[in-house]
Amino acid sequence: MGVEQKLGNMGVVTTTLETVVNWSRTNAMWPMLFGLACCAIEMMSAQSASYDMSRFGMELMRASPRQSDLMIVAGRVSKKMGPVLRRLYDQMPEPKWVIAMGDCASCGGVFNNYAIYQGVDEVVPVDVFVAGCPPRPEALIHGVLTVYEKVKGEKFKDLAVK
Amino acid sequence: MNKNLEPVVKAIQDKFGATYEEFRDEVHLFVKPEQIVEALTLLRDEQEFELLSALTATDYWPQESPRFHVIYQFTSLAKNLSVQIRVPLNGSSPKVQTVTAVYASANWRERELLDMFGIEVEGHPDPRRILMPDDHVGHPLRKDYPLGYEEPQFTFNFDEIDLRKPYAKE
Amino acid sequence: MSQIEEVSLEKFKHLVSERALTGETMLLNMGPQHPSTHGVLRLLLELDGEVVVNCIPDIGFLHTGIEKNMEAKTYQKAEVMTDRLDYMNTMGNNLAYVMAVEKLVDLDVPARAQGLRVILTELQRIASHLVWLGTSGLDLAAMSMFLYCFREREQILDIFELVSGQRMMTTYFRPGGVWRDVPVEFEKAVRDFIKIFPKRIDEYETLLTKNPLFIDRMVDIGYLSKETALSYGVTGPALRASGVDWDLRKARPYCGYEQYDFNVPTRTEGDTYARYLVRIDELRESLRIVEQALNKLPLGPVRSENRKFVPPPRSEIGVSMEALIHHFKLWTEGFPAPKASIYSAVESPRGELALMLEGDGGPKPLRVHLRTPSFDNLGVLSEIVKGHLVADLVAILASIDIVLGDIDR
Repeated sequence: MGVEQKLGNMGVVTTTLETVVNWSRTNAMWPMLFGLACCAIEMMSAQSASYDMSRFGMELMRASPRQSDLMIVAGRVSKKMGPVLRRLYDQMPEPKWVIAMGDCASCGGVFNNYAIYQGVDEVVPVDVFVAGCPPRPEALIHGVLTVYEKVKGEKFKDLAVK
Repeated sequence: MNKNLEPVVKAIQDKFGATYEEFRDEVHLFVKPEQIVEALTLLRDEQEFELLSALTATDYWPQESPRFHVIYQFTSLAKNLSVQIRVPLNGSSPKVQTVTAVYASANWRERELLDMFGIEVEGHPDPRRILMPDDHVGHPLRKDYPLGYEEPQFTFNFDEIDLRKPYAKE
Repeated sequence: MSQIEEVSLEKFKHLVSERALTGETMLLNMGPQHPSTHGVLRLLLELDGEVVVNCIPDIGFLHTGIEKNMEAKTYQKAEVMTDRLDYMNTMGNNLAYVMAVEKLVDLDVPARAQGLRVILTELQRIASHLVWLGTSGLDLAAMSMFLYCFREREQILDIFELVSGQRMMTTYFRPGGVWRDVPVEFEKAVRDFIKIFPKRIDEYETLLTKNPLFIDRMVDIGYLSKETALSYGVTGPALRASGVDWDLRKARPYCGYEQYDFNVPTRTEGDTYARYLVRIDELRESLRIVEQALNKLPLGPVRSENRKFVPPPRSEIGVSMEALIHHFKLWTEGFPAPKASIYSAVESPRGELALMLEGDGGPKPLRVHLRTPSFDNLGVLSEIVKGHLVADLVAILASIDIVLGDIDR
């Protein structure tokens, strides 16, 4: 099955532990089921049959922050939601990543007013920003793959500092 | 004015001495703050306006009298009519009586008045803020409340704004 | 950033029963992050075992300040805000807004633009009901519904992308008409959809309507009487499922709805299942309207010729001095509107969506109030969930079909 069929009887594969850990993290990343506004609908589209995010090991959206390692902030974050968002982030176990999906989450978008945070990086540290209002599902998938690139380059010693 | 609306306007005028304005076939009746509960009861019970479609206000700041208009928009399903009642209020800390006993939908809408305009609603069963956080100061939809515009970050001022932007910690 | 505040029971004392104060019943938070609250809605539940005694909705987690922000923009620029209001019904919001502006400044719209508006808003209604059907299915553990519904929704979004270049935030309707004429592929795309969709509705019904598990979860749950519904200002399918025949498209036709032959589905049961059936019937009726509107769609201009309010086409700017001046004036200064107030309502997939627009004689509105249907529809929730199980609450909430962007504005 699987690897043996493809590679034949190779015996031993040598690699670094870091690579194996990072590889396994990218292929089973569980995003948090957490939608805020318009972008949440596009996030749902990305999960649906036409775009099918499960191709990247992401079919499992977890409703609980304690079971997830990727937070997709899909939509505008209001002043009332900010503290809640921060608490959800704090509840996620390390290591964790954040995608700011859409213009509102990235920089406030068209809403430059009293009620909205001008960028969710004022609330939680963000790894990848996805532009668009709302971004197409393909753009979100690209954002997720960019997170994967980032994860693959992570070093244990950097994580320990966190 | 729509013919079917005339008896409604007349009834309100006769009972409360209300004035009215007309624009594009819409009628706005002006009544005094103390008459509002009675006027609404009359509309609902005698004139069949079952639906309170909207309840909001307008701020005419810096004008002080009247500074606010509290606006009640009604729909009659039976007669297929609409009418609007406006209550002018003076000063920056106005009060209006609650109409939750007449229309249940006024409950949340009046909380919104309180939250967004700072119009105190006397006798409201649940006078809490509805949209803004409880510790928020000020009433956003008043004209003297700033929009809260922040300068957008572009290439030419990126570094300058970056320095004072409150980034979140890990 | 402020912290999450600690609240004592003292603050909610007037909203819960006395048994909560002694600790006999339990207070439980549902949301703001909960998969079946359809967004960031927080429900504070008072539970006796698993039975809901009281339900206190807490909204505002998505408060965006749209009304205030629109008051700071000119009439043309404020339109982009309406897209983001109720994000399932972007075309419908645009329609409500442009109709309000047209009423305020007294602007005529060509017949072709009216026809296009009807086709696109009805397609949007179908798309919105599809999201509702898919997510309600998810809430009741019918996962496949979600996949099927989003498949058809993609097809509608492709049509929107064809006409406007955007999937969701279209801003395609403009005061005085629509942005531009539709491309030639439009008719075929809509015809394809009209052809396959009736079969797809049958498919959904096979999965749900007679499904005994589904019926068990829906029938006699969340009864909403006619009187309660009217008193709480409930409109749309929720009101029609309680036996009130009220649809603004029929009662006060706009955009030429009077030319089309369609029924307003109503039920008298008033429960969750009735609300489901009404929406399924609306899918079929909307499709009928789309077909008729497409057949009747006249040729001609899609924008008003009134240059005081509608910018000239690009082709004219290069050759006409006047057109250039109009273009410049409209996009820098905007057009003035009279010092008056109007109230203009349309039927959105959730109910009466209306704008109260007040001008002050200048190019910016003095006051924009958005009368959003979900706000009132959610208000009735605490009334109808009393005595139901927590699991039923999920079904009831889904059947009301709320959109938090619509509520919090």
